[in-house]
Amino acid sequence: MPSPQKPPLDPHLKALENEAIYIFREVAAEFEKPVMLYSIGKDSSVLLHLARKAFYPGRIPFPLLHIDTGWKFAEMIALRDAIAAEGDVDVITFTNPRGPAENITPFTHGSALYTDIMKTQALRMALDAGGYDAAFGGARRDEEASRAKERIYSFRTPDHRWDPRNQRPELWSIYNGMIRKGESVRAFPLSNWTEGDIWRYIQAENIPIVPLYFAAERPVVERDGMLIHAEDKRLELLPGEQIRHERIRFRTLGCFPLTGAIHSEAETLDDIIAEIETATVSERQGRAIDRDQAGSMELKKREGYF
Amino acid sequence: MTVSTAAKPASEAAPQTRQSRPLRFLTCGSVDDGKSTLIGRLLWDTKSVKADQAESLTRDSKGTRNGLDLPDFALLTDGLQAEREQGITIDVAYRYFSTAKRSFIVADTPGHVQYTRNMATGASTADLAVLLVDARAGLLEQTLRHASIAALMGIHQFVLAVNKIDLASYSREIFEQIAAEFREYALSLGVRAVTAIPMSALKGENVVHDGKAEMPWYDGPTLLETLELATVRSAQTVGFRMPVQRVCRPDESFRGYQGTVAGGAVKPGDSVVILPSGTPANVSKIVTYDLVRNAAVAGDAITLVLDRQVDVARGDMIASIDARPATGLHFDATLISLAQDGITPGKRYWLKSASRRQRVTVETFSAIDWKTRRWNEADALAVNTIGKVRLHFEETAIFDSYEANRDTGAFILIDPDTHNTVAGGMIQGRASDVSRIGKGSNERVVLLALPPEVAEKLIGSDFFASIRDDVEVRQTTRDQLAGLFDDGKED
Repeated sequence: MPSPQKPPLDPHLKALENEAIYIFREVAAEFEKPVMLYSIGKDSSVLLHLARKAFYPGRIPFPLLHIDTGWKFAEMIALRDAIAAEGDVDVITFTNPRGPAENITPFTHGSALYTDIMKTQALRMALDAGGYDAAFGGARRDEEASRAKERIYSFRTPDHRWDPRNQRPELWSIYNGMIRKGESVRAFPLSNWTEGDIWRYIQAENIPIVPLYFAAERPVVERDGMLIHAEDKRLELLPGEQIRHERIRFRTLGCFPLTGAIHSEAETLDDIIAEIETATVSERQGRAIDRDQAGSMELKKREGYF
Repeated sequence: MTVSTAAKPASEAAPQTRQSRPLRFLTCGSVDDGKSTLIGRLLWDTKSVKADQAESLTRDSKGTRNGLDLPDFALLTDGLQAEREQGITIDVAYRYFSTAKRSFIVADTPGHVQYTRNMATGASTADLAVLLVDARAGLLEQTLRHASIAALMGIHQFVLAVNKIDLASYSREIFEQIAAEFREYALSLGVRAVTAIPMSALKGENVVHDGKAEMPWYDGPTLLETLELATVRSAQTVGFRMPVQRVCRPDESFRGYQGTVAGGAVKPGDSVVILPSGTPANVSKIVTYDLVRNAAVAGDAITLVLDRQVDVARGDMIASIDARPATGLHFDATLISLAQDGITPGKRYWLKSASRRQRVTVETFSAIDWKTRRWNEADALAVNTIGKVRLHFEETAIFDSYEANRDTGAFILIDPDTHNTVAGGMIQGRASDVSRIGKGSNERVVLLALPPEVAEKLIGSDFFASIRDDVEVRQTTRDQLAGLFDDGKED
């Protein structure tokens, strides 16, 4: 619900908010069946907040789609369910049936194959099943090199492929939403936001986020140079591994076996903002899937990964 | 090579709140002028490159050599694998960095002739253009072309980066000659705000840090200092405009029009007009998620509630009743052709401007010849050419001139066959066209000459709005009018 009692946003965040609302409204008006991809992370939380603002006093005119790999942090699922329980937006959850059927796990199949089946293919299946012609995502251009060239409206072929050489020029804020049946567009209202903007906006707007972003003492195990949260019973310790209790937090959230924590004392939003402004590593550093090889995000995007 | 992982000192930390939106600028120039290297250097020296990115930078740098013990900065911006393999930039890359003073969005645009469309894309949203030239090569046709496009698209602040000055013996004479030549060209484009800077992006001289050691003769600003002081293009000053994006109707009791204010300001009680219908109404409320507001200004995304039931749809524009945009079926524009097939005269394209999409045909008058820098007669526009055209609509179109308002004066053309965006355009104004007045060429028409203040009252009236498409309004001087009426001879 709107809260009239907070101070106005600074002009920088206000400009980003206005731009995002404009994009939301434009897509909602031009496409027949949009959907919003909802990953439960901080960017998704901001995206959801902006969608509510864009359509107020109306309801958000599209559902949220969560691709559930079955390996998300428990606290993420709790926030998702709380959002769904508020009742002002429809939340759809989809899991690739191959996962449970063939017992595909990030441990047994490796991060690349697991990500392909449970995220990339799952997303394509869910988008096809829903017949969606536009999908909102929370990607930001500052996240990763191949995203720096992404359009606001990113054009996808009927098999969801992204061809970097075949994207439409985007001049001014005039977006071309004309597509053929089967083709689709991924729309990115947060394109021009940086990680710092996201956090300052969460603070200014008091947006609920998963508590794992805040530092606390948590059980961890060190694996392949990453700190893995060792709360889920399905995490089996390898020889030589030990559970330690350390003060950690997460800069990004994904599947718990593939997401590395950082040591941190940042317990509040102020602490987090101060921490990232002096950070010497980028936020995607904790993501195992980016590290396979140079250009690996580009390869995944061509295949249809978000 | 070692990567500095030192945290930024507290004094350099970005501020918690910012007093303006980010400055948007683009970098452009010819192939090999070192654009990507320059942006890489900006990011590196403002400590915007994180350690893990630097690590993959040095890992990916293996096999490329720049002769210095430095990372290949171009790898920071050349994000796509195809580009890395070919060693070129094939698409616009957006980069973000900030200093204690402000934040920046950089559009890195390619220099190849066939990618002029990307340059136009970057220029369309930019406040400032950084043009690179190789000090050894001087100004090239490509450089001047990019300057022309940037100026045509409304950029009035230029930085001329005379790069690779280290390879030209740090010669003051060479720098000053190129700078003078460019200033003269910029003036011919109507651009006065030119800052010329001698620099070596590779060595980091006059980018973020000064280059006094090698260039004691230069006492002007570095690139970063120039960017920190540049002005953000401010909201346009014509009357209130809000293109309607969608109608919000959650229940029978509420009907609001959602859109972003594209010019001027609005408050409850203001008289507005719905275009193209010409229906007048008053604003009763401005609704946002946060609160019911008592005013909104250019840039604000709002929901407008009117005091009466009127027919309003997506694509309509709500505007000040006493400072309306132009409406009509014929407009003159400057067009940049972006697609391989060019622009075909007589073909029915889709035109999208703000939230409005409608059918249009294009009549071409002239095109820029880059060799002679003249407008030559032309009846079609090949890819990457810029032309002066007349747009013919089937239904009423609504525009301001691009000069008066970027948001309501810009448009794109979409090919109905491929759905591709094939051109970007800027409205100059309503076409002068008397052919729509009356029924036939021998029909009597009446010329009415009025003092401007009387004409303004008449034009502002509801009656005039209802017949706007059937009349032609021109401004002229009394002397010229006297010549037209042949007053002298009848005396």
